[in-house]
Amino acid sequence: MVGFSVNGKRVNLDVDPSTPLLWVIREQLNLTGTKYGCGMAQCGACTVHVNGEAVRSCVTPVSRAEGKTITTIEGLSPDLSNPLQRAWLEEDVPQCGYCQSGQLMSAAVLLREKPKPSDEDIDEAMTGNICRCGTYPRIRRAIHRAAEMAAKGGAR
Amino acid sequence: MIRRTIEIGHANADTGRRNFLKASVAASGGLLIGFRFPGIRALASTLPSSANSFMPNAFVRIGTDERVTVIVNHSEMGQGVYTSLPMLLAEELDADWSKVGFEPAPVDPKYNHPAFGMQMTGGSSSVWSGLEQFRQAGAAARAMLIAAAAQQWNVDASTCRTESGAVLNGSNRKLTYGHLAAAAAKLRPPEHVQLKDPKTFKLIGKPIKRLDTSVKLNGKAEFGLDVKLPGMMNAVIARPPIFGAKMKAFDDAKARSMPGVRKIVAIPAGVAVIADTFWQAKVARDALRVEWDEGSMHDFDTGKMMQDFRERAKSPGTSVRKDGDAESALASAAKKTEGVYEVPYLSHLMMEPLNCTVDLLADSCEVWTGSQFQTIDRANAAKIAGLPPEKVQLNTTFLGGGFGRRANPQSDFVVEAVHVAKAAGVPVKVIWTREDDMAGGWYRPAFLHAIAGGVDANGNAVSWRSRLVGQSIMAGTPFAAMMMKGKEYDPASVEGVDDLPYAIPNIAVESHQAEINVPVQWLRSVGHSHTAFAVECFVDELAALAQKDPYQFRRALLQKQPRHLGVLDLAAQKAGWDKPLAKGVGRGIAVHFAFGSYSAHVAEVSVTDGQVRVHRMVCAIDCGEYVNPGIIAAQTEGGAIFGASAALFQELTFEKGRLQQTNFHTFPVMRMNECPEIETHIVSNHEKSGGIGEPGVPCAAPAIANAIFAATGKRIRRLPIRMTEAV
Repeated sequence: MVGFSVNGKRVNLDVDPSTPLLWVIREQLNLTGTKYGCGMAQCGACTVHVNGEAVRSCVTPVSRAEGKTITTIEGLSPDLSNPLQRAWLEEDVPQCGYCQSGQLMSAAVLLREKPKPSDEDIDEAMTGNICRCGTYPRIRRAIHRAAEMAAKGGAR
Repeated sequence: MIRRTIEIGHANADTGRRNFLKASVAASGGLLIGFRFPGIRALASTLPSSANSFMPNAFVRIGTDERVTVIVNHSEMGQGVYTSLPMLLAEELDADWSKVGFEPAPVDPKYNHPAFGMQMTGGSSSVWSGLEQFRQAGAAARAMLIAAAAQQWNVDASTCRTESGAVLNGSNRKLTYGHLAAAAAKLRPPEHVQLKDPKTFKLIGKPIKRLDTSVKLNGKAEFGLDVKLPGMMNAVIARPPIFGAKMKAFDDAKARSMPGVRKIVAIPAGVAVIADTFWQAKVARDALRVEWDEGSMHDFDTGKMMQDFRERAKSPGTSVRKDGDAESALASAAKKTEGVYEVPYLSHLMMEPLNCTVDLLADSCEVWTGSQFQTIDRANAAKIAGLPPEKVQLNTTFLGGGFGRRANPQSDFVVEAVHVAKAAGVPVKVIWTREDDMAGGWYRPAFLHAIAGGVDANGNAVSWRSRLVGQSIMAGTPFAAMMMKGKEYDPASVEGVDDLPYAIPNIAVESHQAEINVPVQWLRSVGHSHTAFAVECFVDELAALAQKDPYQFRRALLQKQPRHLGVLDLAAQKAGWDKPLAKGVGRGIAVHFAFGSYSAHVAEVSVTDGQVRVHRMVCAIDCGEYVNPGIIAAQTEGGAIFGASAALFQELTFEKGRLQQTNFHTFPVMRMNECPEIETHIVSNHEKSGGIGEPGVPCAAPAIANAIFAATGKRIRRLPIRMTEAV
């Protein structure tokens, strides 16, 4: 049995402890917003937060989640109120949308660490997340915009 | 002629897609409009004409709850069709945009592509082919809603007007579309509809925000990979390591006893492991020992292949275009030069690897996948299922990228899933790992262009001869007869060079078709993905030969091509072509026509220690009359990044028949830290609408390569760009 909290709910699962967290999230917990892209921490589509840190769930055995707090895209905000989601809407960021859960989860950690990120900060935090549609220029703008929104709106 | 089709209600928002048809037929009180176009009568006539054929060209449903659902017959793979096509309909309907939603169309001939005669998404054609269709559907719905209101008020319909989801009359009468839906559904559709004067457009031409963004920000958007059915199992397939290899035997002693494994079965695609979860299936698949008969491709080597291509290019090929006498003009040119340009096989590499879910029962089959080829996929699934196509319901999910891969002439990823479902006896989802996807074939073919050109004593281009060597993407497909009709070459191989726009008196274009058993297919911008690179780099070489500025050299040769000239000038002007650059930075330009649209890019590039850095790309696009400039900018930016990724990083190579690349680390995609600043400038005019999904791709590679020449004096003649190979 592996036990952890996901999006505020405690779960206990009977699952092979070597199974990647990604597939447990997707197949056992039915949280399919977290995506499979590469299986080797190359593309970032599977990014979730484990105790607040951005983690590539495709290479993280579920055993490493034991006792931890996991947040997936479904837990980022219940109603698209996170400044990042609002900024993504305003900048019309997604194209196919497949990588965007991972992009948002990486950006969320960036903004927590650096509330006013520079372009270099964005490069550093977001380079692990591939977008094949090429939404990078809009992601960059949206992160800057979200930082402004968060600054104006106070801590949300 | 426009005719009524069926009255059905609005599907409950919480009803799954699977139950949509049942749910909507069961509900009542709504209006669903369908119509038939004079222009596609030939297609419409193939519809079953029974009383059950109740949804011909049915594109909109208006609910009593005021919701307007636009049924979209093209797949959403990022290019924005779930927004731009609803905009067309909502414009004519005068809908309240905040109430407009979308729904993927089921597979039915009434949703066929008006130009291509089957249900599909490709060729950058969704918007231009849907312009009339969706506008007429909206206008017809509006006319019926007006008629219903006029009846209720007992006034002449001509005294009514519409605005934001309501019919109005005089200063105080107003009925919303939701209120009128039931009454309107009982009326006869109008014989003719009047489309709006473009001057009165409220939506078309505006950068309206996409309708599919919210669900892509909270994990709710359902891609093929996310489909889950009760009792569903997951399958992963051990696939041949070499194209054409056949399974001789397999040992599943270890795999069979692994947790969750339910069945291991040989199918035409390989050996399928069916298990409770994907991960169990994947681990067991990796534990299989399969013996392959390697077949004729066991020695295939892309290095040797390119060597063969170089040899073939030394002799004349099939003539594609012949203006004047390129050979004599070359012989007598004051100065001449040659360049051999090479591009590799490329993988589409959609972020969402291929997958397909199938629920096969005795007399029905239901398929869920991100398809670009619904008609063909359904027909191919039906063949394997042993059912008529009508018994196969194919549900189009969101596509996590397509780029042409999900429009496979053999429906490879659908067909194999039906085979697996037959063996599984329960609903099953087949998932390709990234490695499976990359090794699975259907690549952009490798190509070689051998180009020779000459200028006269005044620096005017007098001769151009292009010889292409590469595989045909059409040969051997069901489209070969149609696409290659009367031609001894594949038009998709030479598109973008056969219509060389430059005013050069002597032009020869020749094609050599290579026969290689590597499955190849269209990849975003198809032939243009390599022809623009070769042509626009060689134009630059001619400009240097003539000792002229590459922009001005092109301008002089494009005087009779106003739209090429338009984007070329716009890109050059916005980029500040004549403005000085930082030391070490070079500027390159390229212009190209593809998919009905004109595109030009200016790239600013520097090279440090052999590393190429693209700093800025300025893109100009003329796609004629456009619908959503926000989406056009997104597609142009994305296209530039797609093209730059290929130019800078991407190559598939084979040794001893085996693909050498496996995942993103060996077949890289441009990342955030490598992405240049990109500007897009859109030409506004009233020309016929062209495509937008692909035209942004072709100019990226040549603009970057030409900028490298400007920065370093080195020519790039092979992709991906490696400074060690520059000449």
